[in-house]
This record gives sequence, structure tokens and C-alpha cells, in this order.
Amino acid sequence: MWGAEHGEPGVFVAFEETKEDLIKNVRSLGYDLESFIKRRKIAIEYVRLERAEIEETGEYDLEALFIRLNDALKVTGAKRLVIDSVETLFAGLQNSGVLRSELRRLLVWLKERGITAIITGEKGVQTLTRQGLEEYVSDCVITLDHRVSDQVSTRRLRIVKYRGSAHGTNEYPFLIDEDGIVVLPITSLQLVHNASMERVSTGLPWLDQMFGGKGWFRGSSILMSGSAGTAKTTLASYFLDATCRRGERALMFQFEESPAQYLRNMRSTGLNLEPWVRKGLLTLHAARPTLYGLEFHLATMHREVLKRNPSVVVVDPLSSFTGGTFDEVNGMLMRLIDFLKGRNVTSLFTHLIPGGGPVDKTDVGVSSLMDTWIILRNSPPGHNGGRHLSILKSRGMPHSSETRAFELTNRGTVAV
Amino acid sequence: MTARRRKRRPEKWILRLYVAGNTARASSALRNLEAVCEEHLQGRYKIEVVDLLKHPQLARGDQIVALPTLVRRLPPPMKKIIGDLSNQERLLVGLNLRRGVPRRLGAA
Repeated sequence: MWGAEHGEPGVFVAFEETKEDLIKNVRSLGYDLESFIKRRKIAIEYVRLERAEIEETGEYDLEALFIRLNDALKVTGAKRLVIDSVETLFAGLQNSGVLRSELRRLLVWLKERGITAIITGEKGVQTLTRQGLEEYVSDCVITLDHRVSDQVSTRRLRIVKYRGSAHGTNEYPFLIDEDGIVVLPITSLQLVHNASMERVSTGLPWLDQMFGGKGWFRGSSILMSGSAGTAKTTLASYFLDATCRRGERALMFQFEESPAQYLRNMRSTGLNLEPWVRKGLLTLHAARPTLYGLEFHLATMHREVLKRNPSVVVVDPLSSFTGGTFDEVNGMLMRLIDFLKGRNVTSLFTHLIPGGGPVDKTDVGVSSLMDTWIILRNSPPGHNGGRHLSILKSRGMPHSSETRAFELTNRGTVAV
Repeated sequence: MTARRRKRRPEKWILRLYVAGNTARASSALRNLEAVCEEHLQGRYKIEVVDLLKHPQLARGDQIVALPTLVRRLPPPMKKIIGDLSNQERLLVGLNLRRGVPRRLGAA
């Protein structure tokens, strides 16, 4: 329908909403329908059918609807048409045999005129549409549904059939927000990212040292896992600090702390990140993981990344995403990492390991997606060794296999 | 309760029949309508025939979807009857003209 913006005017046949309602409703999606109507790019044809007002006697057809459509199509020169929804026709008129044949006639009629039409209908119990329209009328069938899993809802879209065209057969989650509709492909997973040889500093000289003295590859993904209080966030912040020092932009998604609280806490370790925030180099984006579904988080991340164009993204922590099933979380991360790698963004994820659990196991099972995996450990009680860091893996570079102890002081993080 | 008062004096009936071109269905609808009107509303009715092929924009005003559609514009409330009006019984019900059944508001 919104082809109107690109020189293909359209007609919207509304059975359920009046023109005014429709204008109001799509405004919340960021469309100014009114101006399109004024410029004759879009015509809205509101059709009201009130069963109580109508008595049927004898034979009839829907010629009047055709005439109205024809008129509206002529006025706008439309190439596109939306009918929303045919269900109302069937509810308003009794003779469904007539309606079916008339709808079929309508679609042939539209096709002859080279008009692309979208017809909405409600899902039937057994069939895709309550009236079984999909069987004979359409060239392309898309089903939409809305599922709630663990109290978080996700809308999904699937192309059921599309004549004469190759199409993705998967279900694609999609979102509706103030910027319109966002569809995120699940598996555009082509492993064709460029591999940068450039290295970026971790922000800590001793940690750089452990990675051959140079730090991480640009565009790689790093996982930092450890139990509570092992300085995951702090180490990640050093990385952010180093990024901003180079004059690059960094973006941090926080799912446990508010930005203010985070900045305060980081000051206690000798890191003052506020200037970077003020300069616009560092963006902190905080949200509760349960606020919306995984899809929405993913879309938000996508949008933020596109908006800020950062060279480094930190997600703190990854383990917050336990809402979905294993596959969902895993899938989402794969898509996120892919997206970031495609943009040559270095990504750092922290991951909380529940106390007592095996340290080399991530419950989202993402470690295989990561290029570098760092494990953080607290010293056993009674030992004064501070915290320990070891590198479990780091693809494509020499790295230290020893375990380094380090301490957090109010003047910084130092290796001991 | 204006309907009760109006019942006393002859009401003016304005009926509008929407058609598209001079089809068989359209003319049989008109024939059926005229027959009923002559029988029940002699001398106090008026039938307007609107050809939507000539005046497509008129379909919008009365929210016409199916053809032929008969619209009872007066007396209120507005009523719509679709089809070729071949079922006289239903046409009479639709127009609230069925003999033997009191008008709705006068029933009490």
C-alpha cells in the first residue's frame, strides 16, 4: 500500500474502519495518510455493511462495489489495492455463494487491469482463511499470527505460497512500532563476513598482552563469562573506554543496570565514562529483558546500531535472555552476531554463570558462535588471590594459556 | 413516537433503486417494485432509479455494495433491500409493509 510514496498510488477499501479512524490509526505507525489523500496518491473507500439494515430478496451481485472501486482507481490512477477485510462482506451478506463468485470475478477484473491487490481475511479453523479463499483466488498467501510465549508476545509472518517466485518458507517474526513495520530475516546466515586483520585493544595492557600483545580482532565476537562479581562488566567497560579513546563510537546494551547506576559504579573502579557519553561517543541503552520479546530486543539493537554506527557493541549481560527457549535465544544471538559481523563491529558479550555451575558451560550455548571466550573466576574463599582470568579460546591468534590474577582498585584494574 | 402521529396521515414514500445499466435483473427489480408499490402505496410513493454506470459517485453516499439495491429513503428509518425483489414476501417485510402485521412502533 505504501507504494504511494514511490509513485504507485493505491486504494484502500476499508470495511471495518472509517476513513477517519484509519488515518488516525496509521499515524501511530508514522504514516501521514491525510497528505497522501490530498495529493490523490491514496484513496480510502469506506464500505459499510450493516446486516440489520439489509434485507435480501432475490438475486444480486456486487456490481456496485466494482463501480465504486473503478471510480476510486480512476481518480488515483492506482496500481495497488487493499481490501480489509473480506470477512465483513461475508458477515454482512448472506449469500456466500454469490460472494465467492463475485470475489473471484473481482480478482480477475483486477488482474486484467494490472492491479496488485492485498486481501485480508481471518484465519479459519481448518483453512487458512475462513472462506477458503486462498485455494483459488490468490497468487500469494501470507499468514500472520501472534503468539505469546512466556508472557511475551511475538508477531510472525509466513509466506505460504507465491506463484512464480522463489520465496523464503520460514516464519519471520516482525514488529510494529512507531517507525513502522520491521521484518527481521531469521536465517540470512551466509557466512561471508570479511575477516579483518586489524586488532583492537582491550583497554587493559596486561589483557592485550595475553592476546599476543595486540588485543582482539576487529569485527570479532567476544564472550566473557563468569559467576557473580568476577568483574565482567568492569572489563567490558575498559574495552568501551579504549574504543572511545580512539575516537570511535561504542554502544552498550544494558539489561541489569540503569545508565546512571552503571556510570557511578564504574567510577569506583577508576573509570570515568561520563565524558564519552557527553561527547556522544558512548551510547548506553538500558532495558529490562522482560520488557519485550526477543524479536523486539533484536530489532531495537539493530536500529540502535544502524543509528549510531558504532565500531564496538557490548551486551551486558547475555544471560538475561533466558525468556525464550534455547533455540530462540540461540537463534537470536546468531542473527545479532551475524548482523554485527556483517558491519565489522566488534562485539563483546558478558555472561553470568550461576554460582557453582561449571564455568565452561554457557546456558545459552553460544560459545560456539564466539571467536574469543574469556573465563573469569573468583578465588576460592580464604585465598587472597583476587580474581582470575583465563582464555578458553581465541580463534586465529596466539593467546596466553595461563591464568592471570587481577584486582580491581579504585585507581583501575591491575594484574597481579 | 413521531411514527405514531405520522401514521394518521398519508406518508410520503421515497424509494431509490440502484442499478447498473439496463440489465434483466434491474428491470425485473423495477417491475417487482412497481407492482408492490401500486398495491400498497398507491398515489403516495415515488421511485427514483439511479444508474451507477452513469453516476458512480452516488454509490458512496448510500453505501451501496450489491446491485440491485433498493433504498427506502422515506419514511425513516432508512432500509436497504438487495436483490431483484422477486420474493414479494421479503420485500414487504423489508419495507415494513406486510399486511396483517402492525407497524413496529404502533404495535403496543
